[in-house]
Order: sequence, then C-alpha cells, then structure tokens
Amino acid sequence: MIRVNGEEMEWRPGLTVKDILEAKRFVFPMIGVWINDKPVPRDKFEATTVNDGDEVQVIHMISGG
Amino acid sequence: MEKMKLLAEWKYEPKKIERGYAGRTLYVNIGDRSFKEKPVTEDMKEKFVGGRGFGLKLLWDAVKDTTKWNDPENELVISGGPLCGITQYPGSGKCYTVFISPLTEQTYDSNAGGYFGPLLKFSGWDALEVQGKSDRDVILFIDGDNYKVEVYESPFEDINAVTITEALHEYFADSEEDKRNISVASTGKGAETTNWGCLNMSFYDLRRKTPRLKQAGRGGGGTVFRDKKLAAIVVRKRGVGPVSNNPADISVLQRTGLKLHKEIRDLDDQQNKMRKVGTPHLNEIMNEYHLLPVRNYKFGQHPEASKIHSKIFEKLFTQGIPDGCWYGCSMACAKAVDGFELKTGPLKGKKVTVDGPEYETCAGLGSNIGIFDPEWIIEANFYADHYGIDTISLGTGLAFVCECYELGFLNKDITNGLELKFGSKDDLMELIHRMGRGDDKFARIVGLGIHKMKKVFAEKYGAPFDVMEKIGMEGQGIEVSEYVPKESVAQWGGYFLTLKGPQHDEAWLIFMDRVNKQLPTFEDKAEALHYFPNFRLWFSLVGLCKLPWNDIEPADNVIKYKGIEAAKVPEHVQNYVDLFNAVTGKNITKEELIVQSERVYNFQRVFQLRLGKGTRRDHNIPLRAIGPVFPEEWEARAEYYDNELKAAGIDSQGLTTEEKIRKLQEYRLSQWEQLVDAVYKRRGWNKNGIPTVETLKRLGIDYPDVVEVVRKHSKPEDNWEE
Ligand code: SF4
Repeated sequence: MIRVNGEEMEWRPGLTVKDILEAKRFVFPMIGVWINDKPVPRDKFEATTVNDGDEVQVIHMISGG
Repeated sequence: MEKMKLLAEWKYEPKKIERGYAGRTLYVNIGDRSFKEKPVTEDMKEKFVGGRGFGLKLLWDAVKDTTKWNDPENELVISGGPLCGITQYPGSGKCYTVFISPLTEQTYDSNAGGYFGPLLKFSGWDALEVQGKSDRDVILFIDGDNYKVEVYESPFEDINAVTITEALHEYFADSEEDKRNISVASTGKGAETTNWGCLNMSFYDLRRKTPRLKQAGRGGGGTVFRDKKLAAIVVRKRGVGPVSNNPADISVLQRTGLKLHKEIRDLDDQQNKMRKVGTPHLNEIMNEYHLLPVRNYKFGQHPEASKIHSKIFEKLFTQGIPDGCWYGCSMACAKAVDGFELKTGPLKGKKVTVDGPEYETCAGLGSNIGIFDPEWIIEANFYADHYGIDTISLGTGLAFVCECYELGFLNKDITNGLELKFGSKDDLMELIHRMGRGDDKFARIVGLGIHKMKKVFAEKYGAPFDVMEKIGMEGQGIEVSEYVPKESVAQWGGYFLTLKGPQHDEAWLIFMDRVNKQLPTFEDKAEALHYFPNFRLWFSLVGLCKLPWNDIEPADNVIKYKGIEAAKVPEHVQNYVDLFNAVTGKNITKEELIVQSERVYNFQRVFQLRLGKGTRRDHNIPLRAIGPVFPEEWEARAEYYDNELKAAGIDSQGLTTEEKIRKLQEYRLSQWEQLVDAVYKRRGWNKNGIPTVETLKRLGIDYPDVVEVVRKHSKPEDNWEE
C-alpha cells in the first residue's frame, strides 16, 4: 500500500509515477511529484518506480483560472 | 466616413512619463463637457499604486454614499498602472475599469488587454475619469499626439463593437500602419438592453488587417458606458517604444523579460500550450476533474466534452501568428478564428475574425447551456462581443434560464415562442439576437441578470423563488464564472467571499484544496484566501496580465520549491518585485507587494460598505455552489457523494437520495459558516465582514472618511471574542 495525497492506494511491484497519475486520472500537464519528500523531475515520471509504503505527493500547479 | 461634428475641445500640456507615472489624471464630465487635470500625489502612489487602486480612489472621491449605477455622478475610471505599457516583459498592457455596477450595485473592476491602457498613459494620463451623462451619443477622443481632448457627436446608427471600432480606426488613422497607434473602447446595443454590458478595448492587428477586441467583460461596465451615452472612447498616441515609461533601470526589465521569453519559448509546448490554444487548454482538463460546468453547474463532466477539446480549437485558431495583445507578449494567447462565416444575425454571410473563444466562453456558451458545438460557440462569442455583452454572465444567465424552462417555470408563451431547453441551439441564438436588438420583453428580463430574474420570474410567472435561490448561480448580484466550485470548500470562498462577486480573478483554489489536499484546515484555507487574492489583486494595481505568472513556470519550479510555495511560482513573484522596482525606482519586497494589495483590498471592502453592501449578509452562496440540489446530480456521482457523507460522519443507511442531499447540504452549510469566520479573522475583519479600525491603521488607510464608514457600520457584538 502507498499513500497518494494522503489517500491509500494499492501498490504493485514496478508501479511507476506515470501509472499513479494515470490511475488517478491526473491529466493536468503542470504537475509536481514528490516521493517521500523528494522531487521527481517531470521527464522521469515514466522511469521512476515507487516502493511499497511510499508517501507520494502529487501537486497540480494551478492556482488561477 | 464623413467628418464628425466637434462638440467640445480641451488642450493640455505635454508631460513626460517619469518612472511609470504620468503624474496626473484626466477628468472629463461628458454631461457638461468640462475637463480638468488632477495631480497624482505621492500618497496616492504609495497607498493606491495605480490601475484599480487609482480607479477606486478617484471613484470614492466622486460619488456619494447613495450613488446608484445610473446616477450621473457614477464614473467609469480607466487606468493602467505604473508597469502598464512596458514592452520587455510579457503581459504588460492591461488596463482596469472601475465603476458602480448595475448588477451588484457596488464597485466593480474589470480588466482588458488591447492597447488602450498603455496609449492612455503615454498620452499623458495615469487614469481617465468619465463622469456625467451626455444628452446625445458621443465619441470621446484623447489625442495624445496633439495634446487635446475632443468630444464629437456620434454619427453612428449602429454602435455595435465591430462596426464602430473598424470605422474609428479608419477615421483617426493616417495610414494602415497608423491604425496601430489607436485604441478604441466601445460596447454595443446589448449593453443598453442588458445589465451585462462589457467594454471592448481594441488593438489593430496589422497582419490580419483588422482591429481585435479584448474585453473588460464583467460587472456591466458597458452598461454604464451606454448610460452615459458614450458610443466610443478613442485614444491615439504615436511613437510608443521600449522606454516610453522612462523606467529607473531598463537593464533589469530587459534581463527579466528575456528570462521569461526563454521560458515561454522552451516550455510552453510541454506545459499549457498557451501560444497554440490559449485558455481553451482548460476545456478538457476541467472536464476530467469534474469542474466543467454542465447544464447550469448540475454536473462537472460530460461525454460530449471531447467535441470542445482544445485540439479542435487548435485547428480552428489561425496558427503561426504571434497573438500578443500588447507589444512584447510572447505568451501570445490572444487566439482568433479568421474568415469565420456568420450563419445568423444582422451580419449573416459576412466573414469575420472572431477573438477567442476563451475557456470561459467555451464553458459558458457551451457546456453550461448543453451545447458542444465549437462553431456555435464561436458564433455566439462573436455576437456577444459585437453587441457588447459579457460572455460569462450571458452563459451563466442562459444556463439558469434553460433550467427554469426545463423545470416548467417558463414556457413558450413567456419566452415569446422560444423553446429554451439546454442544447436548443437555434432558439438560444435567437435569444442572444433579441438581447442585441432590445426589442423583446423576455430578452430584456433575461438581461437584468439572474439576481433580478429570480424576482421577476417569481412575481410575474409564479416560479418558486426558493428553488431559484438554490439553482441561480450568482453571488452579490453577479453570475458565477465558469468553474464548478461544489467540491472545494476553499473555492466557495474563492468565489463567494470576494470583494465583488464570484469571478475567478481573486482565487482559484480547487486543485490546491481538493485534489492536492494542501489546505486541510479552515485556517489553511483562510491563509490561501488571504495570500492569493492579495497577490492576484496586485496585477490590477500595476497593469499586468495574470497569465504569465503561472500559466508558464520555470522547468525546475517543482524541484526547487515544494507544496504551496511551488504554486506561488516564487521566481516569477521575484520577477514582479524586480520589475516594479526597476520601473518606479522604489525598493519593495515580496512581502510589501502583498501589503500594497491588502490596502486596496480593504479599501474596496470599505467602499462596498459605504454603498450599503460589504457585510456578511452580502457574502451569500447558492446551494448549487456547495453540492447537489436535485437527485440526478447526486445519482451522477452516487458513490462519490455517499463517501462524502461517510467522511462527514453521517450515517446514510436507509436514506432516500433527497434525504441524503439535505444532510449533505446541512453539513456543508455549517462548513461554510466556519470558513467565513476563519477568513474574516485572517483578513482582520470583524464577524460581520467589516475591516476593523486596527486593520485600516496597520495598512495606513485610516483616512478620516474611511474610518468613519467603518465606525458607522461596526457594532460591539460583531467583535471577535478574545
Ligand atoms: S498572456 Fe495573453 S491575455 Fe495576457 S497579455 Fe499576453 S496575449 Fe494578452
């Protein structure tokens, strides 16, 4: 199990940041991701896997229409 | 066009711009055709900065406590601000219009791109104040080349925006090239026949060989414009260049500008694609996150939303033309559809350039009224601008009408033959034309706006007022802009705890609150509802566009900064501090930038109070804005809403959908009250939403007349308990 923005999410081996964003339908292009407080560059979302028990924060960089 | 009849003329002395300021404002009484110049004092610069701040200060001095929007002493004040007109940094050509609104009956401010603000300043004026009412249609001309102001009798029978703007660019220019040195502020017939009148501010597009129109859309400024019998205001100034503002340090402007140009060039295609699609990049995003208003905000998502996907608009917009609405804006999001053949209305068959549609128009004149047809949206967008009607209020207003029609509160007898269901394309277009002509009784009622429509529908047609109160998406008398706020408690505040009503220019916190989960407590939400409205208000003081702040961000923004800090885009905030200091020669910090805004924010709040508004009672919120009203809304996301009840500790076992809705409403209304308290406390206001005298003192706006207004309306029982 991992936590994404404070909510539990099923973990499986090989789960990447990109998989998480797809599962959550987080499609906004300007997203910041931190795993256990460490930032993940946007171009590494596909290549970065998460470990069981990780705390993932997904921040949408939009604060204005 | 034949020579226009000159009614009055006034000459003024040339004046050089010093560090972003002309140092004086222009007053015109269009009623008795008198003119004067007013000095800009150091205190005015210090406390009100410029733009909307100047507008509010001048308006404050001009009106009485009892002034109504259509009294002669109401004004339209247009002002850019000290950074307005710089050409080095993207988004620097905005101006702000301030007035007492026919919709909200309190002050309103609305911004527009185009060249009006910069050309006004470079003609020698930090602000233009128009008071009085003319006895006939007039054109006010500010001739910044020959230092004179003229009033002409308007020869136009058709005062609609496209017609009058094209003709006046032609009339006042010596050549095709010279048309760029002119900007026209206009509205249209619909501004006379509705309270939703917008202002169109032009710039001349040399590549397309046509004027373009950017709107100060909201609040009914166009209606005030026509009430004064202004047909147009024209400003002309030749020879504008990179140092026209005479900044204290041009090198900082160049360096800061280059940095942002490079970011936009390198990153925009991966980020928001503003240069290709402009704000409609939000269409599919909002749909995906249940935030796209569908059928009067009943739903946030629709399967047909793919038909208004930004990819479709990308094809419809002409590509490859840098679409900046002021010199140097490489963000260039002012997209347009060229060669669009109109299918209806007075210009049927004509091929036109249509400015936009922006996201708000795609949603308001699209999904929110059940229409997913890009061509229809473009046509409605064109006519709304042409008639001088705000597309946002129009969209939300029509959505309300459609729901009332479907609920059986209206019928064809009442609508004079129109079937106004969601998605009734032909009849809705016909209603827009009727509003543009003003010859139809029902169209006139619609044009009053939702707040007044509710009363008329109840009194004249027996429609149930309580139901309309729940579903009419307005606050403080003005229609909500085009985002579904239901699921974000912070955004209830972002819309309904605002100075002037639910417009997204104060705070847009939905993702931060609801998706990112960054604002778990009421205090967190209140902090965001302090910082973001104040930060964003600052653009309106200095003459900048908000979009280059966070619709592009440095590549490493989310690596260098975390959480809410990253959402502030700290490097861009620093750019603004640097730009302000480089133009004005001052030395503010990013904290002082917020204080500059906070002053004007609180001043405007007291201004609303002075006009009989501005208390807790005026921060009203309709039930549709905080959750489902009818079972179909609940059923569309039943699992989600059942979980919401569970999370609130409410046992929903055995409850009918209606009962569940009621339980959720009760719970959310209690959350609303807690939010209001937390926000008022954070803002330094009392329980009734009135700034305290201490707050005025802290901000240095404890002018005797301001304090007097606060004292008059504050009661001891409204103080917070220690
Ligand atoms: S970002 Fe868009 S709206 Fe803002 S100034 Fe540039 S072109 Fe105009």
